[in-house]
Amino acid sequence: MSTHEMTMVEALRDGLRVALRSDPAVFLIGEDLGVPGGFGGGFTVTLGLADEFGHARVMDTPISEIAILGAAVGAALVGMRPVAEMQYGDFVFCGMDQVVNQAAKMHYMSNGQVSVPMVLRLPVGASARGAQHSQSSEAWFMHTPGLKVVCPSNPYDAKGLLLAAIRDNNPVVFLEHKLLYGAKGGRKESSSAARLASVPEEDYEVPLGTVAVKREGSDLTLLANMLMLHRAMEAAEELAHRGIQAEVIDLRCLVPLEMEPLIASAQKTGRVLIVEEDNLTGGWGAEVAARLSEAAFFYLDAPITRVAAPDTPAPAAPVLEREYVPSVERVVEAAVRLLAG
Amino acid sequence: MKKLTRVPADSAREMFRRMVLIRRFEDHLYALFLQGVVPGTLHQYQGQEAVAVGVCTALHPDDVIFSTHRPVGHFLARGSAARGIAAEIMGKAAGCSGGKGGQMHLTDMSVGAMPSNAIVGANIPIATGAALGFQLRGQDRVAVSFFGDGASNIGAFHEGINLAAVKDAPVIFICENNQYGASTAISSMMRIANIADRAAAYGIPGCVVDGMDVLAVYQATLEAVERARQGKGPTLLECKTYRYAGHSRGDPGGYRSPEEVQLWRERDPIPHMRTLLTKELGLSEAEVKTIEHTCQSEVEEAVEFARKSPEPEKEETYRHVFAENQ
Repeated sequence: MSTHEMTMVEALRDGLRVALRSDPAVFLIGEDLGVPGGFGGGFTVTLGLADEFGHARVMDTPISEIAILGAAVGAALVGMRPVAEMQYGDFVFCGMDQVVNQAAKMHYMSNGQVSVPMVLRLPVGASARGAQHSQSSEAWFMHTPGLKVVCPSNPYDAKGLLLAAIRDNNPVVFLEHKLLYGAKGGRKESSSAARLASVPEEDYEVPLGTVAVKREGSDLTLLANMLMLHRAMEAAEELAHRGIQAEVIDLRCLVPLEMEPLIASAQKTGRVLIVEEDNLTGGWGAEVAARLSEAAFFYLDAPITRVAAPDTPAPAAPVLEREYVPSVERVVEAAVRLLAG
Repeated sequence: MKKLTRVPADSAREMFRRMVLIRRFEDHLYALFLQGVVPGTLHQYQGQEAVAVGVCTALHPDDVIFSTHRPVGHFLARGSAARGIAAEIMGKAAGCSGGKGGQMHLTDMSVGAMPSNAIVGANIPIATGAALGFQLRGQDRVAVSFFGDGASNIGAFHEGINLAAVKDAPVIFICENNQYGASTAISSMMRIANIADRAAAYGIPGCVVDGMDVLAVYQATLEAVERARQGKGPTLLECKTYRYAGHSRGDPGGYRSPEEVQLWRERDPIPHMRTLLTKELGLSEAEVKTIEHTCQSEVEEAVEFARKSPEPEKEETYRHVFAENQ
């Protein structure tokens, strides 16, 4: 198996290339995806793909989120497998009807006569751009029956989950954290947390509906996704210096959510700390906490605790944004408090 | 000059039959609704039959239509079985959507009738996407988006038509201007006389069509479909028409004058076509009456079937949230 060191952007691009090569039904649709001399989508993920696949299959659109999302739904209804991109995840709200009322409900309302196999790629997360370019929107989609929700933390998972998402027969919302995209060969994000990872060149899938245990430990469980997974891993390292062994689990797919490893970990450690960049109220962490308290209540030695963004819009100034996004220090402090409690 | 010269006799007779079928179906459903037999809501199509039938007669079997919250006319015009529609409206398992869709969400993929849409204007970009799919696959198929006058003021109209225009998507936009969005007159919500004029803003053809004349709708649609099949892109047809019923159940239509309703009723498409059949095609009164009686029987039989059909199993609530993966 030949592998390459890739950033998340390169891994996603590679995944799209594999999908476009392996299935003529796959096409990309969005703004600035393939314009000659352009930048390959909001974060260069589609850079160069129009050269290989042409401008019909790497389809540029007007700045029309309703049309991008609606066209993806319509194309999916006639057997295509569109991959739609929002330049920033926040823009999906312009076309939310097409996601929530249309894509999510067509299979159900038609009693299974039609399906909507589409992927919706959303760059999310705070990156010094202020309130309308920073949101983590997992919970919006998690609340809508009929949508799958994927949120990778590393290049290997990103490619494998993207291929699985494209081949899934349902609408899949695929969140990509801007600070995980990586610097090599693309648009560099300052304060980027991305690392290179070994990614196979060939076709492989990471199944949807799976979580990944990233670090084993016995004292408490950290649950996180995307950028926060990296914060949780750093916090676990810091906690280890203090003699605390944290287990870290990557919730790389929120719908369907694989609960068994989370329950097993909670039963083992007795303490659960959820780390999310979403706003606290009604975030995915609230749902996971509720499910865990129902499934593992008698194993818990302390209340399930969340470290999340506060219930404010994302501020722009770096000092304010650092206050807003959960930091390694906050995770460590919360973990220590949880163990003392 | 004879009006039927450009239409085969079988087509003319069939267009008449489908319009009668729609009218009888909708009238019968309304009577049942007043008896309290119909659950939920009802958005009726009486008065607009010429639009659905004229458009659908111009399509091929493998083309697709995207309908609205007022879908019965479109589905019957497309050839969907009255039984499945009646059962769906009555919330029965034998409904065309298994009872999970309801009056506003009919689907019948056996006749290329996509899930009808109860969000105003939402099917405009969706039909565009279906057309782009046909274009990408090199298929000789077109998509039709039906929507009302009210939809012409929603953002999806602008975005969807513009995208279709710049991509030359093989889609036909059928605006059924029945003069009112719910209770609000379109004339009070738009500064121009014709929605079709908006086509110019997208660089595509726009035509005003007499939506009370099934032959006019048919001819205009034929031309638009031909254009789309040749790769020349979309057309916006504004069919001026009228709905005799209120917007939905319980709407007596107090915002319209009886005189206005009467004026439109005098232009009813069904008697008009009936006259053409007898005068120009030489059908006897008995032949026409046979068509009408057959439609009435079909409707009554469909409703009887629907009333006797079992309700869906409770387990159906949980099925079809997600599609299976092979």
